[in-house]
Amino acid sequence: MGTKIAVAVDDLTVAYNYKPVLWDIDLSIPEGVLMAIVGPNGAGKSTLIKSILGIIDPIAGSVAIYGKPYTKQRDKVAYVPQKGSVDWDFPTTALDVVMMGTYGSLGWIKRPGAKEKKLSLEALEKVGMLAFKNRQISQLSGGQQQRIFLARALVQNAAIYFMDEPFQGVDATTEIAIINILKELRKAGKTVIVVHHDLQTVPEYFDWVTFLNVKHIATGPVKDIFNDDNLTKTYGINYKVAVQQ
Amino acid sequence: MSPMIDIQLIATVTAAACAIPGVFLVLRKMALISDAISHSILPGIVIGFFITHDLASPWLIIFAAFSGIITVVLVELIQKTGLVKEDTAIGLVFPALFSIGVILIAQNANDVHLDVDAVLLGDLVYAPFDRLIIDGADFGPKGLWTISVILVITLVLLLAFYKELKISTFDVGLSSALGFSPVILHYGLMSVASVTTVAAFDAVGAILVVAMMITPAAAAYLLTTDLRKMLLLSVLFGVGSAIGGYWFARWLDASISGSITTVLGLLFLIIYLLHLAKD
Amino acid sequence: MRYARKFAVLRKQSLLGDAISHAALPGIAVAFLITGAKDSNVLLLGALVSGLIGVFWIRGITTKTHLKTDTALGLILSLFFGFGMLLLTYIQKQPNANQAGLDKYLFGQAATLVESDVLLMVIVTGISLLVMLLFWKEFKLLLFDKNYAMTLGFNTKFIDGLISFFIVLAIVIGLQTVGVVLMSAMLLAPAAAARQWTNSLSTMVILAAIFGAFSGVFGTAISASQNNLSTGPVIVLVAAIFVIVSFLFSPERGIIFKQIRLIKNRRDLQLKKTLYFMYDIVRDHDDISRPHAIRILNSFQGFTKKTLSKLEEKDWITIQGQNWSMTEDGFETAANLYNNNLPES
Repeated sequence: MGTKIAVAVDDLTVAYNYKPVLWDIDLSIPEGVLMAIVGPNGAGKSTLIKSILGIIDPIAGSVAIYGKPYTKQRDKVAYVPQKGSVDWDFPTTALDVVMMGTYGSLGWIKRPGAKEKKLSLEALEKVGMLAFKNRQISQLSGGQQQRIFLARALVQNAAIYFMDEPFQGVDATTEIAIINILKELRKAGKTVIVVHHDLQTVPEYFDWVTFLNVKHIATGPVKDIFNDDNLTKTYGINYKVAVQQ
Repeated sequence: MSPMIDIQLIATVTAAACAIPGVFLVLRKMALISDAISHSILPGIVIGFFITHDLASPWLIIFAAFSGIITVVLVELIQKTGLVKEDTAIGLVFPALFSIGVILIAQNANDVHLDVDAVLLGDLVYAPFDRLIIDGADFGPKGLWTISVILVITLVLLLAFYKELKISTFDVGLSSALGFSPVILHYGLMSVASVTTVAAFDAVGAILVVAMMITPAAAAYLLTTDLRKMLLLSVLFGVGSAIGGYWFARWLDASISGSITTVLGLLFLIIYLLHLAKD
Repeated sequence: MRYARKFAVLRKQSLLGDAISHAALPGIAVAFLITGAKDSNVLLLGALVSGLIGVFWIRGITTKTHLKTDTALGLILSLFFGFGMLLLTYIQKQPNANQAGLDKYLFGQAATLVESDVLLMVIVTGISLLVMLLFWKEFKLLLFDKNYAMTLGFNTKFIDGLISFFIVLAIVIGLQTVGVVLMSAMLLAPAAAARQWTNSLSTMVILAAIFGAFSGVFGTAISASQNNLSTGPVIVLVAAIFVIVSFLFSPERGIIFKQIRLIKNRRDLQLKKTLYFMYDIVRDHDDISRPHAIRILNSFQGFTKKTLSKLEEKDWITIQGQNWSMTEDGFETAANLYNNNLPES
């Protein structure tokens, strides 16, 4: 684990209409961790990621990626949105979606070429989806769709990966495949930040964790801070009940 | 009674009758269904006219309401195939039905005293002259009677099923769990909307029906989230715009229904700007 | 001009076109009131401006209030149109009003198109095509996954605005042919039909353009051959026929072929269940090809004479008199049936 700070969130406050969703969040994420963001429904987990990535405008506060504003560091960041956020009936193929990962580095107007295609095929292979490259995306299973999204992020070859509930509605095989790829990414020195729902798998999958419930509760190594005290603070009830959810 | 007062009465009652189902359409995110229905009842009206040869016949309302229901059913059928989404289904169904209506009118222009302008705008100006006469006694304009009966029925249904409508609009799952079939309520509401649309259509035309249903409800929704207040406010807005619109049209010597819509539009604009200023 | 329609279908704002086309009407009337001219270019400019105002107000309502898209669309559609009709009736009452011709914008009258109108259409279509080719990648990205497009650093507001602008432009240009009231169908129908035949965005765009063009040509020809027939409704009905045919007969998504596949899959599954039942009987024996009486299958529900001969056709079993026996091939197939062939959930 490096000593550099990959993501620094400072006094971040976000609200929809009048209701605050995130309140005064201070958070630093060191480089090279595989981190879970946990908290109950409505805790603002997805919102935190979206405001770090500039998709949602915060009311106050700032975010720095390696010490600079996000807009100057886009090439260092890749994002895997929630699977349900897109229209899977859109007329396009698996390879096409993965190629979208190269659009950012291409910039305006320029089209993807042979080089971009090669990168995309490699990413598809890494997630075990090469055989499905020409499949219409609506014909893929939930787990396969999630792998396509992961491949799209891999193509970006970023330093920090943000993933919003990548294990939601996927089969057990895909879950293992995804977590193995994430662990590989961490080994390669990347930072991976995952919105996660299943408390039981936190110690097994992640080495770093953030507890969030509108306010920031705690952040640190799983082995140090993943305990009853923080879970109760976050979920407001005996965490064993939360685990069983 | 003078035609002047008759017209205002018809416009007022129509506005009230439209505002009530409108509130539920807006809350249920089905505002555009009213647009679809108001267009697609046209073939029903035309065919009804071919059969009865009487534009004021109650059969026309039944035919038209029936084609309104057909629209709703067709939209749902297309949606169920999973080939397109709901709003696309709406957008495919009603122009086709409306086109059939327009062509039917055009092909039989000599027999039908309907013209396309009347379809789009209605003709409130002539409404007072079509009077209900029983045994030689004059009971006022027919249009006023029709829309009043519909308003009364709507009010009775609203009072009788207020609780059910409220709960099924707010939470479909809960409502069916409690035994209030959302399907029955859905089609009930759609039937009321269709019948109201048809009756109002005669007086104010296809597009204004949509404005009269949606605008008061939307404006009220910007001011309150209490369903009871929202219903009262939208009736108030509808009625106010109807009367204001009438006088505006007289002053401008232009279409009454166009003018009512314009007043509704101004009303919404003001409330919208107030809403923005509040933030 | 024709490409914008596909994007409307894909944006989950199918009825945006309906709202915009109605919103264009007051612009035509205002342009006429100001200039007093019937020059269609000036009138269409008015339509463009009021269409754009409509789009921005819709966006304002949906983003700045809790009203939903459908309400916003319904509001703009009816309010702008009502205002437009007010102005039209006002114009008609004006003395020496040179108003003949404004009516054609309601339902379209292709017969009144003059050479300069057609030229304008060709130029606008050309420009639209060029912009679409230039920004193809950006359009696709935005339509599929807007948030992701934002994280990649694209100015999504700009792309969004560009798409909206060209949708409005396409509608305004089509007004003279199809009219305000039915324009939305021309945005939706060809795209919805095209979507059924392909899974590729580029093919879809080309197909939709072809469907749209055919509807236009046929519709105009039919309406020109008869008196009293506005172009708009006829074109819309021709387009509706394209939609119905596509929904029914497209090989992959069409209702008919889907139903046939469903029946076939069920039969297939029944066949495999019968095979598996046989496999259950033979798998405890050392010799899998030992004959069994057909009679013992009677207790199994899915079994018929036909399935038996089907199974023999596939060389999964052999039949001798009143007995059947399983082949190597059939045994293999049955053994692997519930390992690999389960449909993905």
